[in-house]
Amino acid sequence: MASIVVFSILAVVILGSALLCVTTKRIMRAATYMLFVLFGVAGLYFLLDYTYLGAAQIAVYAGGVTMIYVFAIQLVSKQTLQGMVEHIKCSRILQGLLLSVVGLATVAVVFLKNCFISAATTDELPMDQIGTALLGSEKYQYVLPFEFISVFLLACIIGGLVVSRKRED
Amino acid sequence: MVPVECYFVLSALLFFIGVYGFVTRRNLIAMLISIELVLNAVDINFAAFNRLLFPGELEGFFMTLFSIGVSAAESAVAIAIIINVYRNLKSDTVDSISNMKG
Amino acid sequence: MVYELSYLILLLPLLSFIVLGLAGMKMQHKTAGLIGTCSLSLVTILSYWTAFTYFTADRTAEGVFQTIVPFNFTWLPLGNLHFDMGILLDPISVMMLIVISTVSLMVHIYSFGYMHGEKGFQRYYAFLSLFTMSMLGLVLATNIFQMYMFWELVGVSSYLLIGFYYPLKPAIAASKKAFIVTRFADMFFLVGILTFGYFTDSFSFSFAGDIVMGQGTTPFIEGNMAKAVAAGGFIIPTALTLMFIGGAGKSAMFPLHIWLPDAMEGPTPVSALIHAATMVVAGVFQIARMFPLWIEYAPQAMSIVVWVGVITAFYAAAVACAQSDIKRVLAFSTISQIAFMMVALGVSLPGHHGSILDNHAQLGYMAGMFHLFTHAMFKACLFLSAGCIIHAVHSNEMALMGGLRKYMPITHITFLISCLAIAGIPFFSGFSSKDEIITACMEYSPVVGWIMTGIAAMTAFYMFRLYYGIFWGTENKEAHEHHTPHEAPLTMTIPLIVLCIITMGVGIYSTLAGFMEWGGSFGSFVSAAGTDYTIHFNTQIAATSTVIAILSICLATYIYKGESQPIADRLYKTFPKLHRAAYKRFYQDEIWQYVTHRIIFRCVSTPIAWFDRHVVDGTFNFMAWGANEGGESLRAWQSGDVRKYAVWFLTGTVALTLVLLAL
Repeated sequence: MASIVVFSILAVVILGSALLCVTTKRIMRAATYMLFVLFGVAGLYFLLDYTYLGAAQIAVYAGGVTMIYVFAIQLVSKQTLQGMVEHIKCSRILQGLLLSVVGLATVAVVFLKNCFISAATTDELPMDQIGTALLGSEKYQYVLPFEFISVFLLACIIGGLVVSRKRED
Repeated sequence: MVPVECYFVLSALLFFIGVYGFVTRRNLIAMLISIELVLNAVDINFAAFNRLLFPGELEGFFMTLFSIGVSAAESAVAIAIIINVYRNLKSDTVDSISNMKG
Repeated sequence: MVYELSYLILLLPLLSFIVLGLAGMKMQHKTAGLIGTCSLSLVTILSYWTAFTYFTADRTAEGVFQTIVPFNFTWLPLGNLHFDMGILLDPISVMMLIVISTVSLMVHIYSFGYMHGEKGFQRYYAFLSLFTMSMLGLVLATNIFQMYMFWELVGVSSYLLIGFYYPLKPAIAASKKAFIVTRFADMFFLVGILTFGYFTDSFSFSFAGDIVMGQGTTPFIEGNMAKAVAAGGFIIPTALTLMFIGGAGKSAMFPLHIWLPDAMEGPTPVSALIHAATMVVAGVFQIARMFPLWIEYAPQAMSIVVWVGVITAFYAAAVACAQSDIKRVLAFSTISQIAFMMVALGVSLPGHHGSILDNHAQLGYMAGMFHLFTHAMFKACLFLSAGCIIHAVHSNEMALMGGLRKYMPITHITFLISCLAIAGIPFFSGFSSKDEIITACMEYSPVVGWIMTGIAAMTAFYMFRLYYGIFWGTENKEAHEHHTPHEAPLTMTIPLIVLCIITMGVGIYSTLAGFMEWGGSFGSFVSAAGTDYTIHFNTQIAATSTVIAILSICLATYIYKGESQPIADRLYKTFPKLHRAAYKRFYQDEIWQYVTHRIIFRCVSTPIAWFDRHVVDGTFNFMAWGANEGGESLRAWQSGDVRKYAVWFLTGTVALTLVLLAL
């Protein structure tokens, strides 16, 4: 019972912030609303008993990514910050709405055609199990993606640095 | 326990809100933010299905974990590109990137 | 032993052509000429040796010379039919070997002098070698398809040699004309070959030995020929007639003769070799080769051959009486003489006993072949003498000549001997051959016989008109002051002398053999049935034709010998139109022009060209235009707008999902 209440509060927060995020004309507000969405999603993970995931979400997403966006907004959108707003074309809105509605309809059809067989448990996921799975090399264990992702992050950092360094013109 | 259908509906709505935002906005950074919404919706989906439909497995959990990591990296690179575009074209709207126009 | 070396007869000129063609420009003129002449001398020696071995070998049981096939290999097998390449030695091909190699060697030696200093000397010798190789290949062919291949090669060599002076427009036009007319005729030849091959399942000449002896049945007659006859009695005659049309083109029969007078634009030795002695007799050779089939399966079709020959002979003789260019006179004379050979072959009927061992059939064939041999010699001599005269006077026109006998004695004598030969005077070679042709014609039908006698008289007349016009009559004094005509150098006169010796030798021997009925004359070597055929002169006909020839010569002397020609001038004034028509060759060229331009070009070619340009090209242009327009309209999709791409991408994904759902 309690979980349903918490879920609905979180759902409202998430969806509301998302809607405001995509419809606001000011870019800084959009970033803030995105932060709220991320927090809401982290709450959902906690609700799902994936505490580690929720912590990772807050640390990486809400902390790191949002900071990147804020910095980028400061660097790039000088005119926008000074109050100049974005004009949104009417036809674009209609296109977007149409696409979303059709997509939703499709998803709804898929949803209704299938049934989910629930097998919920209340076991907490122990941390050492996560750890072993993350670093183990047997079947169903994830050392390879783990290593890959570390190299990938490194590559992206370096790539980002290279792409955005100042040229000596 | 919250039934899995609720999570599904939530993530679907969030996904298409993100799509709407991507299609509608002109500012590059706003488009990126919309993409983040999409990615988050997908992460919710994975986590919920894993927890509620296949509790013994861990695939969804790790998929979500890695997706968070990848999207962080991707945001970094995208911001670098946007900064480069701003430097060269002095604009932060998506209309200004039209070199590939046929 | 020499038969194994027979492939060298074809290989040596080919090698000489390749060497001179590729490396000729780097050589000196003399070297090129020597290479050509040496390779040809070797070929001549081989030919004579082959002929000697062949004709002195023992005859087979039936009394014929053995047909020898030293080489024959299948080149292209195609189901039932197969294209072979090989060498066939039989009396007529060996005889042709002698003719071709002798005349070719004389021309090679002569050209040293005639073409001296000419640009393209090496190219000339290369083409001469190519021509010799092609002609030799033609006569040595083992099957009709190989003959056709070399036939075309001969046409190509003729084209190259006529167009030798290619910077000059008349030469180019003449070479094109020769090639196109002969090619047009060869189309019929090819259809004939294909018909023949289709119905008889064979291209080879192996029937020659079988049918000749009237042997009854052999595998070839049983299988192949019977199959063709079963398909329809008209098939073999049709095929043979089509082949004859091809031969008529190459041998310049009316109305396909138009290329030969124009072919005189080439150098004179070329005219001697190709257009007098060898290439133009290819049609005659073809009929001689297929002769057993003509006799056995298509005797009625031979009347076509006869009448085409008669018309051609008369036409050419009439035109030759009015020409002023000496080479044109000789060209028309050639046409007329070849027509004689065709008529001779045509009047050979199957004998009363149904086989060609009978006298009637034998005579025409043998006479035709003999005339081919003698004509090659004296016509080549005439052309080469004409070359000496042109070399001295620097012009072809008879009006600029006259009284040249004082300046060019050797040429004078050789020209006179050859004129006497062509006129048919006893003890000169033309007598026996022409006499026998007329005898054969008389046996076939008196009408044809008397017509041919009349044409023989015209021949004597115009040849002596030519002779007197060049060597007697008024001298061209102003021209002679600038440049005195002198006798030709030795390289040019020696071939003339050699050819004259051959002419005289053959003439004396054959005349005596005919009167004394000796053996060992031409007929013992070459005859329709292959057996020894002794020539008997029909004294009546011999006497008549000699008398008529002498009368014509006297007429020509009376009209043309003197310093001025009052009778000729009066005739000219009385019949101006006739003379004009004859001079212009009875407007044959204009008729052909009319047919091709007005009828073929306008009515057939122009619509086809329109169709090609507008419909066929139009289709492809339309397709290209369509592709272009399609591309242009699709271009709008590449807007460079990322969001639009995203929209389409998402739309596509949704659509795909829906499709998969529906499925």
